[in-house]
Amino acid sequence: MSDFFSNGWSVFIAVTTVVSIAACLLLLIVASKRKVMAGDNTTGHVWDGDLRELNNPLPRWWMGLFVLTIVFAAAYLVFYPGLGSYQGKLGWSQATQYQAEMEKARAQIEPLYARFEGMNAEQLVQDPQAMAIGERIFVNNCAQCHGSDARGSKGFPNLTDTDWLYGGNHETIMESIAKGRHGVMPPMAAAVGGAQDVRNVAHYVLSLSGSPHNAIAAQLGKAKFGACAACHGADGKGNQALGAPNLTDKVWLHGWGEQAIINIITNGKDNQMPAHADKLTPAQIRVLAAYVWGFSNGPAASTRTVNAQ
Amino acid sequence: MPAGDQQFLPGPCAPAASSQVKRNPHTIPIQPVPAHGETSEQVVSLYAKQKKIYARSVSGWFAGWRWALVWFTQLIFYGLPWLEWNGRQAVLFDLLSRRFYIFNLVLYPQDFIYLTALLVISALGLFFFTAVAGRLWCGYACPQTVYTEIFMWVERRIEGDRIARMRLDEGPWTFEKIWRKTAKQAAWIAIALWTGFTFVGYFTPVRELIAAAASFALGPWETFWVFFYGFATYGNAGYMREQVCKYMCPYARFQSAMFDKDTMIITYDTQRGEPRGSRSRKIDPKAAGLGDCIDCTLCVQVCPTGIDIRDGLQYECIGCAACIDVCNGVMDKMGYERGLIRYSTENGMEHGWTRAQMFRRVLRPRVLIYGAILLGISLAFVASIALRSPFKVDVIRDRGALARIVEDGRVENVYRLQIMNSTEREQRYRISVEGIAGISVASHSQVDIAPAESRWVAVRVQVPPESAAELAGRSSPIQFAIERLPDGEEAARTVHEKSTFLVPR
Repeated sequence: MSDFFSNGWSVFIAVTTVVSIAACLLLLIVASKRKVMAGDNTTGHVWDGDLRELNNPLPRWWMGLFVLTIVFAAAYLVFYPGLGSYQGKLGWSQATQYQAEMEKARAQIEPLYARFEGMNAEQLVQDPQAMAIGERIFVNNCAQCHGSDARGSKGFPNLTDTDWLYGGNHETIMESIAKGRHGVMPPMAAAVGGAQDVRNVAHYVLSLSGSPHNAIAAQLGKAKFGACAACHGADGKGNQALGAPNLTDKVWLHGWGEQAIINIITNGKDNQMPAHADKLTPAQIRVLAAYVWGFSNGPAASTRTVNAQ
Repeated sequence: MPAGDQQFLPGPCAPAASSQVKRNPHTIPIQPVPAHGETSEQVVSLYAKQKKIYARSVSGWFAGWRWALVWFTQLIFYGLPWLEWNGRQAVLFDLLSRRFYIFNLVLYPQDFIYLTALLVISALGLFFFTAVAGRLWCGYACPQTVYTEIFMWVERRIEGDRIARMRLDEGPWTFEKIWRKTAKQAAWIAIALWTGFTFVGYFTPVRELIAAAASFALGPWETFWVFFYGFATYGNAGYMREQVCKYMCPYARFQSAMFDKDTMIITYDTQRGEPRGSRSRKIDPKAAGLGDCIDCTLCVQVCPTGIDIRDGLQYECIGCAACIDVCNGVMDKMGYERGLIRYSTENGMEHGWTRAQMFRRVLRPRVLIYGAILLGISLAFVASIALRSPFKVDVIRDRGALARIVEDGRVENVYRLQIMNSTEREQRYRISVEGIAGISVASHSQVDIAPAESRWVAVRVQVPPESAAELAGRSSPIQFAIERLPDGEEAARTVHEKSTFLVPR
């Protein structure tokens, strides 16, 4: 794949490079001989009437080093990419080097993870080393969205409560990390009815979790909730097979209150968590999933920070 | 001649003749510019094969000092990695885990400022000593000088002194030449490899390294550095020698900027020495119209850079004072006064001052300023090391969520605290926060951190609704206080770090 939009640039760069190196060599040869005055070994240059330039020869190895750099440059340009879009004999690229180094790093850490292979989530959570590793991986890969404390923010699920969109057992969390998740809610305003109906449905949704709401609007909204029930269930308890949120608890992924719910019904939502299977090894995902699982199960806090007594 | 005039490449310029000839009859003679047409030109190569310098061995006061410094610096260099401290290597720069252990200090990359300070102190020290007495560093302490000294000693022990070495090099490849050269190479390579090995021993625990080396199980990088550093030692001290000083070393190029007319330099007393010439020990030189220089050229033979000090100060002179030692020996044999070649200043030479008169001018502004800055930075360095906190904290606001509202209307911000424990004991820290009425840490406020480890800790900070209402839509400064609880060896200690707290509209 060439980075140039036309072949001319590639040729231009290649020619410039080769000519420059050749010019350096030529300069070295041309400048290696010099006329001096036979009598006093000066070059004949005179400044200020009495300052003269002596001919103090450079050591030969110095010139040798210069030639060596030219040889190096030529060899480099044969083996490595440097001449325009020419790829070099070795086929080296930054991407392949990165891949190779990642492979090497994975091979290096493999024995470390071997110990965790036979452990289930409970055992992993009890293991301080596994948790330290999990914490590192989490901070480097997950904290950007879910927060350093894993409590998420608007649009990014909280991982420390017991409310799971897709299910909270170890295997499901591993699957979420490896394959990513894509949660889609289409805009439902048309299915529900007019703007007034949307507002009524929003109040009904508020009523499901016992949040402050207008009882009359909620009554009216209940009739329209059928459009939502397909995913969220008739009782509004959500559906983990689809990743449809539970509307009856007090966890509000996309904001709390009438306006936030109206927005979601009107505009829908397209929420995506990227897959990490190509970034993390299966063994790393196991440990990381156990770490995340530990937030809501087992002695989560005590393995990470000291309980303030 | 002032060294400054010598600094231009490709060759030094012969300065104006007038002042030179008086002090120094051995400058390159300057002929008037030949009129156009009379020039006899020849074409020469601007590159020349380097002439090998066979420096004669020398002993004396200054040579003794040089050997003392060779011993001092190399005992430290070769010995330090083997010292143990608290069950670990006393000095270890662990690049992999990014911890730098120096006796009881554990430094993090964040402590880079100390290395900077050390380099600044080194540079100022160089300026200071150079202003007072010229190239002291070059002559006595520079690794180039020190290793060259060691390598030349080996060379002398195996091949003999100057004349013997010259004969050996010129002579045919007899059995004797072959074994002497082989023995010398073997000794050089052994010393060089040991030097390279020691160098790597500062970065990889040296005791593990020696075990690995014995079983040929060194890592690829360790192998590379042992051989690279070893090769550099072998090449520089065995072959390059004075050429490093003449062609490569940047300090040699700018040292003249620190010289002035009161700088102690190695000088040849032209007044006393000229006219030079050989004579019998019995005659009175004054009667024969001779100076004290007997033109034995020993000063040229011992010079490691191959210059003739009698031509005046040259930029190649590294101030090793070998010529002083050897000339004093000759003066003693001749029954003349010592000090024909001696440490003196340009002014002193010009005005014929005594030592006391020259010493009186040591405390001049240049030296005082260098000295004051050097002293100030050194004191600051020592003080900051002594008062250094046993742990460090970095506070970084979480980037994902600026703020969130949690149950009962409290506003929460999340921070990441990196706590770096630079002691070698497990420590417990208590995190608190201040700056807004009712502000508190909502997550666990106590953290344990293993010896010499650092950890990221997620900290949730909350403010009550009434404060939040007051600060809506603003960012307010807050301050974390991280207290290291007493650990039985040291009392509690607190570090404060600033951050900001955001309240959404």
